[in-house]
Amino acid sequence: MKPRRGVRPAWQEPPHPLTSTAKAVAIVVVIALVAVPFLVVVSTSLASPADVVANGGWVIWPEHPSFAAYSQILAGGVVSRATLVSAGVTIVGTACSLTATVLLAYALSRPKVFGGKPITLLVLFTFLFPPGIIPAYLVVKQTGLLDSYAALIAPVLVNTFNLVVMRGFFQSVPAELYEAARLDGASEWAMLSRITIPLSRAVLAVVGLFYAVSYWNSWFNALLYIDTPTRWPLQLVLRTYVLAGGQIADPSTSEAGLLSAPQTVQMAVVVLATIPIVLVYPFLQRFFVKGVLSGAIKS
Amino acid sequence: MSLRARPVTAQPRAARPTRAGVPPAPEATPRGRWHRRWRRDWILLAFMVPGLLYYAIFQYGALFGSSLAFLDYVPFLGLGGSRWIGLQNFQRLFDDPDFWHAALNTLEISLLQLVFFFPAPLALAMLLHSLTHTRLKRFVQSVVYLPHFISWVIVVALFQQMLGATGVLNGVLADTGLHTVQILGNPDAFKPMVVAQVIWKDTGWGTIIFLAALAQVDEQLYEAVAIDGAGALRRFWHVTLPAIRPVIVLLLILRLGDILSVGFEQILLQRDAVGPGAAEIIDTFVYFHGIGSGDFGYAAAAGLFKGVIGVILVYCANKVSHRLGESGVYR
Repeated sequence: MKPRRGVRPAWQEPPHPLTSTAKAVAIVVVIALVAVPFLVVVSTSLASPADVVANGGWVIWPEHPSFAAYSQILAGGVVSRATLVSAGVTIVGTACSLTATVLLAYALSRPKVFGGKPITLLVLFTFLFPPGIIPAYLVVKQTGLLDSYAALIAPVLVNTFNLVVMRGFFQSVPAELYEAARLDGASEWAMLSRITIPLSRAVLAVVGLFYAVSYWNSWFNALLYIDTPTRWPLQLVLRTYVLAGGQIADPSTSEAGLLSAPQTVQMAVVVLATIPIVLVYPFLQRFFVKGVLSGAIKS
Repeated sequence: MSLRARPVTAQPRAARPTRAGVPPAPEATPRGRWHRRWRRDWILLAFMVPGLLYYAIFQYGALFGSSLAFLDYVPFLGLGGSRWIGLQNFQRLFDDPDFWHAALNTLEISLLQLVFFFPAPLALAMLLHSLTHTRLKRFVQSVVYLPHFISWVIVVALFQQMLGATGVLNGVLADTGLHTVQILGNPDAFKPMVVAQVIWKDTGWGTIIFLAALAQVDEQLYEAVAIDGAGALRRFWHVTLPAIRPVIVLLLILRLGDILSVGFEQILLQRDAVGPGAAEIIDTFVYFHGIGSGDFGYAAAAGLFKGVIGVILVYCANKVSHRLGESGVYR
């Protein structure tokens, strides 16, 4: 394939060969710094336990690749359960968050809505003064959500940044469209569903993906609010068994546990927790540069 | 369902009967106007309900719950029943060397981040901006944004695998016959380590705002000074830097307001490996005193103190930036 070269502006002197080399080296180093850790983790998870042990805990390339570690963690033990919990919380949470955010952002984007100004100010104030961990914990306790999946969703239902971005985008929908719809007798609901939402697909996608990523990545709220380990999401399981060095105690896979070195299993958990992010990343990336950031910089 | 309420129509539903039995002109009284607005907007208010409930309960409920910093809080008695002790929690806090130690750690890490992490995205953005090869530029951008979306749990796991005792770095050092180094779990290396992790995770993401600013610099200015014989360095100093200064000031203000927050999740994950001496920050201090020891009032006092300082810092930084002729965060 022919690489498309951009054009150097006329006023710029041709780059010194030394500068070009330095730039090339810098770029290779930057890419390696990001990519190599992922490569090592994936390779280690795929390597045979014996190779990993022989090499001192890691490999850069699996000589005898096998999926033993993955079949072990996906065989229905702690990790499988936690993956389901994470997936469930992510899907339900994203749906709830997106609904609440769209509805509030739409209402606040309508000019002269009843109470619009004070509500917007109250919402923005939470940016400046977020509540601390202790009061947040006590509120969850008071509302009786402790140790329930709802505690992983309700306390983070609306993200103010996402709300502001979405409201800004909704405000840019031409007022004439609403005016015309109103003359045709359309309700606010009809305007939201037939005008605003179809025109805002990009921002809805970005905000939805942001919510999904943050639900998938969240572990601290689970540590704070969920006492029952069987209700833990994957990230908290990863933190407890991999980072804190606990063993994945699991009677159903103990036999396989003997066959496989823990390091390959641990790295397989890391990969499992990363995969969804890497999968949605291309979609995220396609939207966020133009969609979200244009709005964010303006506001 | 909710058509816009028209002032007076023949429909009985729209012409809402008043006590006198006569539909008043809607604009006549404040009450009438209020009614009209309510009828027009009630569905929008209904749209707001889920979001506003969230803000009322989990933001403002928790904000007012911060008042427990002034209580001798006993969970059994609750907020209403616990004894009001005024500023005693704060007094105890200011006399607590552990708290000041945590505050100092926080400031040290913040300062390290300001010096080493803050300029990193600008440098990388300059590098990316100078690439004329569009596809290469896009590719590098995709790669460097990715770590931002990876959770801290995974980032710490990656760092363990790379720099831990049995990690890649020490493996390579041992293979080449060099001394191995203890980076993770070493209290002396903890703070630089934390900053390195932030640099790894968020430098790429941070370039976005600088790239947007760099793209908006007027090309003609570059052309003009280049004709006047300015080299790359002078062009940077006299054109690029002034053009992106508002963005830099804005980010600095935001950073200053957040100077007491230095990656709570990140540090909580690694605190136990090095102990509180090197790794206790204000947020972990709050967490361990409140959730760990159940000393809720005391921990809430520490959290509230941090929040108030943050607001004051943002306010001051904003004032200063107005003095310097920048627009700052808000007016």
